[in-house]
Amino acid sequence: MISLRQLTIRYADAVAPTLRDVYLEIDEGELVVVIGRTGSGKSTLLGALNGHVPHFTGGTVHGSVVVAGRDTATHRPRDLADIVGVVGQDPLAGFVTDTVEEELAYGMEQLALPPATMRKRVEETLDLLGIADLRAAPLRDLSGGQQQRVAIGAVLTTHPRLLVLDEPTSALDPTGAEEVLATITRLVHDLGVTVVIAEHRLERVLQYADHVLDVVDGQVRSGSPAEIMRTSRIAPPVVALGRWAGWSPLPVSIRDARRAAAPLRTALSLNPASRGYGHGPAAPGLTAHRVRVDYGRVRAVADVSVAFAAGRITALMGRNGSGKSSLLWALQGSGPRTGGTVRLPDGSDPRDLKPADRRRRVGLVPQNATDLLYLESVAAECHCADADYGHATGHTAALLETFAPGIPPERHPRDLSAGQQLALVLAVQLSAAPDALLLDEPTRGLDYPAKAALTTTLRALAAQGHPVVVSTHDVEFVADCADEVVVLAEGELIAQGPSAEVVAASPAFAPQLAKVLAPHPILTLAQLQQALPQGDSR
Amino acid sequence: MIRHLHPAAWWLWALTLAATAGLTTNPVLLAAIIGVLVAVVLARRDGSPWGRAFRLYAVLGAVIVVTRLVLHVLVGLKFGTITILPLPSFHLPSWAAGIELLGTVRLEGALGAALEGARLGTMILAIGAANALASPKRLLKVFPAALHEIGAALVVAVTVAPHLAESVVRVRRARLLRGDDARRLKAFRALAMPVLQDTLDRSLALAAAMDGRGYGRRNASPRGRVTPALTLLGLLGACVGIYGVLDTTTPRLLGLPVLVAGLVACVGGLWSAGRSVPRTIYRREPWSGPEWLTVASGFVALTATFIVLQQDPASLGMPLLPLRAPEVPVVALLGVAVAAAPAVLTPVPPLASTRPVAREAAL
Repeated sequence: MISLRQLTIRYADAVAPTLRDVYLEIDEGELVVVIGRTGSGKSTLLGALNGHVPHFTGGTVHGSVVVAGRDTATHRPRDLADIVGVVGQDPLAGFVTDTVEEELAYGMEQLALPPATMRKRVEETLDLLGIADLRAAPLRDLSGGQQQRVAIGAVLTTHPRLLVLDEPTSALDPTGAEEVLATITRLVHDLGVTVVIAEHRLERVLQYADHVLDVVDGQVRSGSPAEIMRTSRIAPPVVALGRWAGWSPLPVSIRDARRAAAPLRTALSLNPASRGYGHGPAAPGLTAHRVRVDYGRVRAVADVSVAFAAGRITALMGRNGSGKSSLLWALQGSGPRTGGTVRLPDGSDPRDLKPADRRRRVGLVPQNATDLLYLESVAAECHCADADYGHATGHTAALLETFAPGIPPERHPRDLSAGQQLALVLAVQLSAAPDALLLDEPTRGLDYPAKAALTTTLRALAAQGHPVVVSTHDVEFVADCADEVVVLAEGELIAQGPSAEVVAASPAFAPQLAKVLAPHPILTLAQLQQALPQGDSR
Repeated sequence: MIRHLHPAAWWLWALTLAATAGLTTNPVLLAAIIGVLVAVVLARRDGSPWGRAFRLYAVLGAVIVVTRLVLHVLVGLKFGTITILPLPSFHLPSWAAGIELLGTVRLEGALGAALEGARLGTMILAIGAANALASPKRLLKVFPAALHEIGAALVVAVTVAPHLAESVVRVRRARLLRGDDARRLKAFRALAMPVLQDTLDRSLALAAAMDGRGYGRRNASPRGRVTPALTLLGLLGACVGIYGVLDTTTPRLLGLPVLVAGLVACVGGLWSAGRSVPRTIYRREPWSGPEWLTVASGFVALTATFIVLQQDPASLGMPLLPLRAPEVPVVALLGVAVAAAPAVLTPVPPLASTRPVAREAAL
């Protein structure tokens, strides 16, 4: 189906080639997961499969990419449109039309299929993806999961033999991601479509994979999931557990791990985990009382009262569009607030402060972190932040160095990886030394090491006694990082408590280890290692 | 019956009204055209963002009138007898073309300038009406396949424009988080850089998505020399024809007939080129009675005004020297009134979703 021969791709101004000497054969009907750190060349590999690289991006290509007998050297993406379907990270960015039905038909129109065929295929695809009731809906009004399913449907209508998905679930809540992945596996099993999918959150897809491609510094290693996971630098929690416990074969799904974990669970019930929430009650660092946010006639946040404890990390969870962002903006004071009060420990309301002073009390890292950056280099951004608060030159740069060491100061902020951009914005916001820190979906696009670095940074902040609030969809990150969890639905607060209680109780939000070790309330490998000291019943 | 009218019908209708407005500075007739435009838009626009943008065109039209007046006060030829604003005049030296600045503003000259502004403003309003009644995206669907490269650029522009507004809102809010203490120039950069980068990224992503889904695929077989020959002949014919129409000394045969023949050849060239870009349409926008009626009503207005122009050109202007009340060109007025028929005789458009607020909440 796909064959790459000695593929080397180098972009015009790059020092080293992005991909080097890649040999690859992918058979029909396989589900292939591409893993790798950000900037390792994953996206280039995916882009090469439909000719997007180099026809759209530029760059020099040596070797060949042949998909279903067509060489991308002589075929542009539009000439491959009938055999390769591509779905990107942000479905909204790729929509050409306004409504679901038109979007599904668009690709077929370009391929000049007869109208009767189009009508039939649109109906079939609507049913296949379970979106028949949305046919006339405007694309912009759909939820993230629905949009992503429409985007998949829109390429499916042309009956492609290869589906290429670049992090299709990165912006979705756990339930939305499940929907999309269920759809993809169904396509592989029922229709025999070949699927190549890149994903940071491996815990979601690894179990479905036939093959894993590990991209490390431009070189591609291919193998079965268990084989690649044995040594990969990137591993989901269940694999980390398997490696720690020394299981062979290495489990990649919850089911396999749970079967292998029976002795662990027995050992755990023998020495019951003494994991309490050792902090006891903490002083509130930021208190919201009956906060309400309305946009016209839509109520985004409905009378939420919650206290965020100083020295704790609180995770804010909930569906796409459940009011998480609105609540964070209202807490910071820069966003609209229709009713209620927000209080800092000294009784002041951040909304009454001037923006410059507000920033010293409550810092917010917005969802599109790069919105805050506008200068040409990392160094200029750091200087600007220093100047804003009268710090000595180098203060912000030093902060940045602790979060993400080794960023070249002359680099343009847009050219940084997602993790580095987040670190830069975090450093800029923390240069004001705010009392409380709020982060809106910071884990989007971060790989495991970048997430671990973020966890370390946030823990250090919390240890200094600052309240930290993080909105996120990433349950593994919550398990690792958060002390407490607040769940919103339709703008209302529906659950609040220590993360082990809230997260483990919900099938959608439970992290992998909690599922493997249930009923024991253990969320992360670190907790397990603490509960079962070395040598105990491996 | 609830359906969208064919977008080309709305555009033809609006363009004929714009052309009608171009023929006259008679305030009565201009007011009638504006009235017809507003009435039809209010009756037949859907709830889409484009429908709401009509107000912006109205503002733009008013700005044009005001600009024209300001220019008149600054450098215009101030003829007439009735003084309304005595201002000193400055004579620029001859090296600056001897222009006279300011000077006493007189009613006749100011009125003439305002009406010229109103003529242009009405034409802009007609374009706004077309935009409000037929979303540009739907118009692009009926765009000739041969022009797919221009079409791609237009689709990207039309799709990304609303995103641009969204990014401005988002980035401005984000600026508050950095203290918003920037000085003016810096503040502008802080807003413009992220917004432009964001918009550029989005445009590229959309163009890539369109390409990846087969936009502008070509048949392997080229159409030989027919397409270039037809297009070249057509353009040549159109040029000669326009010259013939505008220059009264050339023989009449070189005017309209050549122009029409040239345009036909151009259309033929487009059609021939379009055949090498295979494309089908999922749901063809129907063209039936209401579409014919809409287009015809626009042409009635244009023809009636054109007839008046031939018979009694003075009645289409504003009598300024001496200043009198404008005539009422009954035939033209009746013609323009006919153009209001689409407000009641076309099918009602389906109600678009009205959830802009939900989108704002997601920002």
